Amino acid sequence: MAEAAVDSRTDPGSRDDPIIQMIGVHKWYGQFHVLKQIDFSVDRGERIVICGPSGSGKSTLIRCINRLEEHQRGRIIVDGIELTNDIRNIELVRREVGMVFQHFNLFPHLTVLENCTLGPIWVRGQPRNEAEATAMQYLERVRIPEQASKYPGQLSGGQQQRVAIARALCMNPKVMLFDEPTSALDPEMIKEVLDVMIELAETGMTMVCVTHEMGFARTVADRVLFMDRGQIVEQNVPEEFFANPQSERTKVFLSQVLAH
Amino acid sequence: MSDRAYVAERILPDEEPPAASIGFVGWLRANLFDGFWNSMLTVAAALILIRFVPPLVDWLFLDAVWGDAPPDACREAAGACWAVIWEKHRLILFGRYPYQEHWRPVLGMAILITLVGFSCNRANWRAWLVGAWALGLAAFFALMWGGFFGLTFVPNVLWGGLPLTLLLAIIGIVVAFPVSMLLALGRRSHMPVIRAICVCYIELIRGVPLISLLFMASFMLPLFMPTGVNIDAMLRAQIAIIMFSSAYLAEVIRGGLQAIPRGQFEAAEAIGLGYWKMQRLVILPQAIRLVIPPIVNTFIGLFKDTSLVAIVSLTDLLLATRQAVSDPLWRAYFVEGYIFIAIIYFCFCYFMSKYSQYLERQFYTGQTRN
Repeated sequence: MAEAAVDSRTDPGSRDDPIIQMIGVHKWYGQFHVLKQIDFSVDRGERIVICGPSGSGKSTLIRCINRLEEHQRGRIIVDGIELTNDIRNIELVRREVGMVFQHFNLFPHLTVLENCTLGPIWVRGQPRNEAEATAMQYLERVRIPEQASKYPGQLSGGQQQRVAIARALCMNPKVMLFDEPTSALDPEMIKEVLDVMIELAETGMTMVCVTHEMGFARTVADRVLFMDRGQIVEQNVPEEFFANPQSERTKVFLSQVLAH
Repeated sequence: MSDRAYVAERILPDEEPPAASIGFVGWLRANLFDGFWNSMLTVAAALILIRFVPPLVDWLFLDAVWGDAPPDACREAAGACWAVIWEKHRLILFGRYPYQEHWRPVLGMAILITLVGFSCNRANWRAWLVGAWALGLAAFFALMWGGFFGLTFVPNVLWGGLPLTLLLAIIGIVVAFPVSMLLALGRRSHMPVIRAICVCYIELIRGVPLISLLFMASFMLPLFMPTGVNIDAMLRAQIAIIMFSSAYLAEVIRGGLQAIPRGQFEAAEAIGLGYWKMQRLVILPQAIRLVIPPIVNTFIGLFKDTSLVAIVSLTDLLLATRQAVSDPLWRAYFVEGYIFIAIIYFCFCYFMSKYSQYLERQFYTGQTRN
């Protein structure tokens, strides 16, 4: 049922060429089985929202995509490169995969501009002035070019998160991962971050977002994944997912998050 | 209308604060005579100062013998005999370095101090600074050793006094600092062999007194060396100082590393930085800023610990002073000699302390929410 719904998408993209493939992935923290039989792929240009109760393994799943977490069984292939213990492969994948964290994780000892140019200069080997010009473009896109010479500690949470998005974009990634990007923000700042993410989605960026923002999922996602206890329980196009959830666990979850 | 309603009838003018709360009198009341016990403490402290300060001033300055005076003059005077410094200062400052060549260690020290001065300015923290240090140290050694351009050769067993102390301390700091960063990183490494080596090194070296390290370096090392291979005594002491300080410093820096949140490592990894770039650009700059006070603490300790090299017969500032005041004519005035070098040690250590405060202010600016 879920598969059929996915197949009926209006924009199939380059369907034979997934940018992220997870095949039978399992992960344990000690004895705790945190990811179970994850079979999941993302096409280029596709926008995925992953939701689920806390502790369901959704953050762990996207952190496996750039190897912040190691999986113990199965295969993960990103942009044709398989993630193994080979550190060169891991670094190649990380260049192409941008990540935005719940707690921003900006570098507090560097200015906003330096935060944005660190990767392009030291990882991509761009000349400084070129990296700075690109960084200013992205800072304008997230609407904070005037903060370029400030330090992260001088910015509000929403501004910091927008800088974090700009920092990831400066690496010119093929995929953007968002790990609960609005969960640490005050309500009035959530909108400014979501607006930036929606604009980014409109540019055709491939995005995988772990978020509880169901409004965002409805408007932006091509596909919504629901995870519970380490398993992908249900995935579907948003209209179907929200209007007609199939699994009992999804129904319970949706009734709880949509109740307020 | 409620009887709480109120309208001010006129604008109140500014008035002077009460006289007793401002100016000198206000300061006295607020700080020295703020209640019974504070007043008692103030009076007691004043009595102690009156009892001890005037005699000290008399001894240090008023009754002291200044300038070029014979020992007999000192015997008759009631105060300090600063004449001993006048007489012996070259011996104290330069040890047994040939008397006519003293301009060379003076110039050498000027080079070292200039290098340190340059390195204190953050704007100069560039790659060329490493080259400047290499050049400066080469110039220092060339001057001190000589043996070219008509400079007589001075073997380093004759080096002594302040130049030796500065050399041991400055090279100690410059080498121990990067070594300690590697040790601290190694101790947190995921590679068991590297971690074990670093833990053993730190715990072993930190667990023994510097004196025993100096002894071992001086007397035991040559036993293990093949005959004919002779490592210079000064170099051995220098290595012992570096090993000792780097073990201490490694733990200080590890303390800073522990304080860096996991998210910083993840963010650095997520943009694709490799291990060394991540440490150099993201982690260490933050970790070191957090532990500037204990780092400078260790540097100050290192500076003063150089005086222990006297026990392996290196004539540092302290031993040079001891030798200088062992002259039978001046033997009675050793206290003045030690006061003199205490002032010298203090000046360098106080500079380090002030510099660390300056650095903390520099790094603090703008990096926290104002």
